[in-house]
Amino acid sequence: MLKIKELYVTINDQEILKGINLEVNPGELHAIMGPNGSGKSTLASVLAGREEVNVTSGSIEYNGEDLLEMDPEERAHKGVFLGFQYPVEIPGVSMVNFMKTAVNEQRKQRGMEELSASDFLKLMREKSEFVGLKNNLTNRAVNEGFSGGEKKRNEIFQMAMLDPALSILDETDSGLDIDALKAVANGVNKLKRKDNATVVITHYQRLLDYIIPDFVHVLYKGKIVKSSDKSLALELEEKGYDWLEKEVEV
Amino acid sequence: MSVVATKQEVVDKYLRLYKNNIDEINTYGADFLNNKRQEAFDEFKEKGFPHKKNERYKYTFLQPFFEYDYKSNFSPNTYQVNLDEIFKCDIPELDTYTVLTLNGNYYTRNNPAESLPKNVVVTSMQEASQKYPELLKKHFDKYAQKHEEGLVAFNTMFSQDGIFVHVPKNVVLDKPLQIINVALSERDLLINHRNLIVMDENSQANIVVCDHTLCFRRYLTNSVTEFYLGDNANLEYNKIQNENNESIQIGHTYVHQEQNSYSRFNTITLHGGLVRNNLNIRLLGENAESQAQGLFLTDRKQHVDNYTNIEHVKPHCQSTQLYKGILDDQATGAFNGKIHVYPDAQKTVAYQTNNNIQLTDDAKMHSKPTLEIYADDVKCSHGATSGQLDEKAMFYLRSRGIKYEEARFLLLYAFADEIISKISVEPLQMRIHELVDRRLRGELSRCHNCQITCD
Repeated sequence: MLKIKELYVTINDQEILKGINLEVNPGELHAIMGPNGSGKSTLASVLAGREEVNVTSGSIEYNGEDLLEMDPEERAHKGVFLGFQYPVEIPGVSMVNFMKTAVNEQRKQRGMEELSASDFLKLMREKSEFVGLKNNLTNRAVNEGFSGGEKKRNEIFQMAMLDPALSILDETDSGLDIDALKAVANGVNKLKRKDNATVVITHYQRLLDYIIPDFVHVLYKGKIVKSSDKSLALELEEKGYDWLEKEVEV
Repeated sequence: MSVVATKQEVVDKYLRLYKNNIDEINTYGADFLNNKRQEAFDEFKEKGFPHKKNERYKYTFLQPFFEYDYKSNFSPNTYQVNLDEIFKCDIPELDTYTVLTLNGNYYTRNNPAESLPKNVVVTSMQEASQKYPELLKKHFDKYAQKHEEGLVAFNTMFSQDGIFVHVPKNVVLDKPLQIINVALSERDLLINHRNLIVMDENSQANIVVCDHTLCFRRYLTNSVTEFYLGDNANLEYNKIQNENNESIQIGHTYVHQEQNSYSRFNTITLHGGLVRNNLNIRLLGENAESQAQGLFLTDRKQHVDNYTNIEHVKPHCQSTQLYKGILDDQATGAFNGKIHVYPDAQKTVAYQTNNNIQLTDDAKMHSKPTLEIYADDVKCSHGATSGQLDEKAMFYLRSRGIKYEEARFLLLYAFADEIISKISVEPLQMRIHELVDRRLRGELSRCHNCQITCD
């Protein structure tokens, strides 16, 4: 589904990613861990199509197509979803209007009919219950005045609404209390299917108490330095990132 | 040949126009206006047009627009048009008491009196001069600050008519009063009109004013409207400016508020070549409240300048100002807003906000907030922002599959909606939403298609 090959990325002329290789297949859940500044968020940004990142070499293939050639909206139409580390507040745009526009645009692009108003509201109610987002929040402006936990639940809510093929969740667990963390994890687990894939980017092992990844990768100084099964996460938790530093540099 | 006129030459041109036409102006002018003309003449002769160095007109230099040769028509009765046939407000379900003015004069076929609540007066200044001299004596020309504003004197020299409204004590106007100002002439025209709205104690009204041009000619409108709001009076005033891009619209609004009175002024500028709105509000009784909102959408070479001056004269008054603008192409705009708190006006609460979005690098916005505070126990704030669309919000929307154009539209619409939602007349609010919607999508948003009536 996703093939990243020898990816080099700069931001403001500074090299952040230095030769990333990663392959994600349908049905898989990957966790990318790493200390601050290792390039985790940059990787998420490249995948979602932020303008400020500059790919200097390498490639990203998504279902056989060149992902880097696509606009952010085109990536979404083809099933890529980014869960934001810092969800953006958009005063004046209601959640209902936002989601209706997004869902119907994606349906249109996939040759499906737009949802009727009642079907849409039904879907909205169902999915907001699913992530424990109070229904009245959906009438409020996008993320405006939402607590930290509500904002992250809202990301998972949008993921549930849009039903993406490939989800990249950027530090979705940071700053969450245990209830919100469980709700987010629960959402990710329930949305997992044989035909979709998720990449969870996280600094802490904590989220992985609730989400069981198939693969864990450690990103360090712009490179994936270690890949393994979920036991790697526990090892990291125990020994910290310093251990890796020594091992990598040896 | 183009000769740049000096300031004095332009002033002299209008002094001559006055002298040459004074008999005709007076013949067809309202008595109360006629009585003020000589004084206004002297005032204008001294003041002239606002100078370039005048701080209040820092971003809008008007004199060049007066150099142009306009037609002036001082014999309004020569118009033989049936406005009903060529103009009809087509907002569905907008149920109002409606009156029209034609080139600044009260349209003679208006007949709102039949249906108006008892004792409510909506008529021409001419008729009011005859029928309600005691009201005019008390209120006319009492609030406009003609000594500070040469253009008010200019208006007083030339205007012959306008609208007079009186809502008596304890009367609530059950439907909005809609005043439609129509400019219609086959030649470029200078229009001055003078209006007076008197709201007695404990009265309530919602007034909707629509400015339209029915021909693509250059109209310069210089209007003065005075308001008196008695104790506990409540007014919402919605002004919708939708004129052609050649037109020049200068509006002077003066509001006198007694204690516990409330006013809300919503000024929506959808079209117009050059628009200058002066809003002067004086809070002269305790617990008076003023809300002033403005929104403009400009493109091409349009210019919109909103000037406000909110004077807190007495204690415990509140005022809120929120002005917004969206500028496209090479459009320019200004917000020049002042809060003036007098020494006695303790416990004043006054806020002012100005936010603008420039869609191109060529669009220019000037924002100049001014606070003059002479009392020490007050709560005042002001803030201004001008910038591009929020890139983070754009990316967020696009990452969910919303196309660039649609995302841009959603953000602009949300920006404008904060003002539009303040219009309490629902069908009007819906129409403005519709017009703004079309405008933001780059379609024509004229409320009434003027070209049809004028070839």
